[in-house]
Amino acid sequence: MSKNNTVYIGNNKSFKERNRRSGGYLLKRKIASVCISVFRGLLMFGLCFMIIQPMLTRFSMSFMTEPDLYDSTIVLLPRHVTLENYKIVADLTGFPTSMLNTLWLSLVMAVCQIVSTTLVAYGFARFDFPLKKFWFACVIALIIIPPQTISTSLYMTFSKFDIFGIFTLLTGSPLNLRSSVWPYVMMCLTCMGLKDGLYIFMLRQYFKSVPESLEEAAYVDGCGTMHTFVKIMLPDALPTIASCFLFSFVWQWTDLFYSRNFLTGYQTYAVQMSTMASRMGRYFSKDKTQSVVVPNGRQLQLISIAVLICCIPLIVLYCFTQRTFVESLTMTGSKE
Amino acid sequence: MKKEGRIHRDHWYSGITEAFQMYIPGNRIYQTMPAKRARIGTLFILPFIIGFILFMVRPLIESFSMSLCEVKLQAGAGYTKTWNNFANYNYALKVDANFNQYLLDEAGRMAINVVATLVMSFVIAVILNQDFKGRTFCRVIFFLPVILSSGVLPGIESSNEFFNLMSDVSKAATEESGVNLSASLQSLLSVSGVASDVFDVIFQMIDSIYDIVMASGIQIIVLLSGLQSISPSLYEAADVEGCSGWEAFWKITFPMVSPLLLVNCIYTIIDFFMKNDNRVIECINETMYGMNAKKMDFGAASAMSWLYFAVALVFIGIGAFIITRAVKSYE
Repeated sequence: MSKNNTVYIGNNKSFKERNRRSGGYLLKRKIASVCISVFRGLLMFGLCFMIIQPMLTRFSMSFMTEPDLYDSTIVLLPRHVTLENYKIVADLTGFPTSMLNTLWLSLVMAVCQIVSTTLVAYGFARFDFPLKKFWFACVIALIIIPPQTISTSLYMTFSKFDIFGIFTLLTGSPLNLRSSVWPYVMMCLTCMGLKDGLYIFMLRQYFKSVPESLEEAAYVDGCGTMHTFVKIMLPDALPTIASCFLFSFVWQWTDLFYSRNFLTGYQTYAVQMSTMASRMGRYFSKDKTQSVVVPNGRQLQLISIAVLICCIPLIVLYCFTQRTFVESLTMTGSKE
Repeated sequence: MKKEGRIHRDHWYSGITEAFQMYIPGNRIYQTMPAKRARIGTLFILPFIIGFILFMVRPLIESFSMSLCEVKLQAGAGYTKTWNNFANYNYALKVDANFNQYLLDEAGRMAINVVATLVMSFVIAVILNQDFKGRTFCRVIFFLPVILSSGVLPGIESSNEFFNLMSDVSKAATEESGVNLSASLQSLLSVSGVASDVFDVIFQMIDSIYDIVMASGIQIIVLLSGLQSISPSLYEAADVEGCSGWEAFWKITFPMVSPLLLVNCIYTIIDFFMKNDNRVIECINETMYGMNAKKMDFGAASAMSWLYFAVALVFIGIGAFIITRAVKSYE
């Protein structure tokens, strides 16, 4: 409708004529905008290619046989296509088991982390209580302090776990939780897991941006605090919570530090992958008792495949959820 | 600054004693609505308080005391501590052959990387915020590093010693055949007598652009969210007043997102410090679990990680100082 009614000045004239009337300004503007978009296109293409290229190389390399690796005439397309590499990597990393372990551990930890951080973030965003600034400074400290600093003493804490001597009173000795999943679950439930400070920060930022009148209306209508939180705040916050959940899931999936220190009883894929090179020698020997030297190119190829297998589920997940990632995170803006 | 600003309080309660009265039943302000809400709020953040005290403050104190003492492991999981007069710090700084040098190397590398990451993420975020064909696709690609550079992934291939060797060889090969554009450009510039130190740093950045892009996933997201929260009417007004795009960038875009640069700067520093392929971390792990002479030396390892943390804090302090100054000058 409006399209038909709008009449631009000089709309029916040729470009040349319009340019002449504007005194050359139109042409200048046109050239500038074309130049900018060409430059931008080139830059974006180059950078995007750079990000994707290693994955593509890994993918094509994964089908190569060993002689193909050393053949300098082969760059991307393998001459002898083989799937054997995948089988070897699966054996070396204990594939189905370790992947399933990683899957359920990541899910459990992500759920624990998000439940606790959402509650805490809401508390920080909406309530006024004594020492609030101090505790928020502690959240910032949590982001800043590298977990390496405290890993040793945490390890000690959990090997002799006790809360104010309760367990010693009950059973006579402190608990040894070293290879169980509970220490890490406890840490995640109390916001001390992997990058929890960051999630608190992001979620608080979101909760602060929601108008307070929404909640006030609910209170006036007789809604309790918990009820308001669950019925009014949570549904709106779901995209942000979902993206925090995805972050947490992905980072837990590839995490090495926490899995190696606190989940020693479970073979996660990341840990298996990091120790894979040391098991290769034994794997390739005939009777599996001695160790042979595996050529380094071959080692690198197998590790690349392991990385690929680790990334594929995440990339598939990301492709399905990228809308949540991109849209909601770009909406989490710092609206003070 | 007016004087009223000083006596203004952020809280509705008047002091620390009154603040804690709201937790005590039967008190004067216990029944009031704000007190009730304060109690609920405390309940909400209670998990964090418990966790922070149990799993952060206690281990921190423990680890600090370990760094000051000689730690002897006993059978089971126990250990004894004896005060040894800063011997651990002495060991880390003067005896250990590598730690010192790694620390300096990594600090230098970090200074360059942080600046490069900040600039890079800012440029990319500004471009991704513009309207062009394939923007959604580009955004999807640029957030991939969040996945691809997390956890174990970035370090795993470079930790393979052979890989380094191989990349060195291939680098040498390309340099010989003269295909390496940046290297030949660099030699050209150095021949023509341009200050070489500065160019060394710049070329180092260009050569490590892959690492920089991979490290700037979150930073791009943070900046993009900041850019999207700028009201379009600001640009419209500027346009009406005859402001060019360049001026609008420096007068509107930059001041509006500059607070986020601080967040980004801190995040980049921390991220760099915790990376797996960091040699200082490797050195600490080696001292803690490794097979060298001082095996299982928890004391020295804690001392090293505290030194490392101190360096990180210094960097964060410097970054925060510079950026807050830069931001202030725009106000």
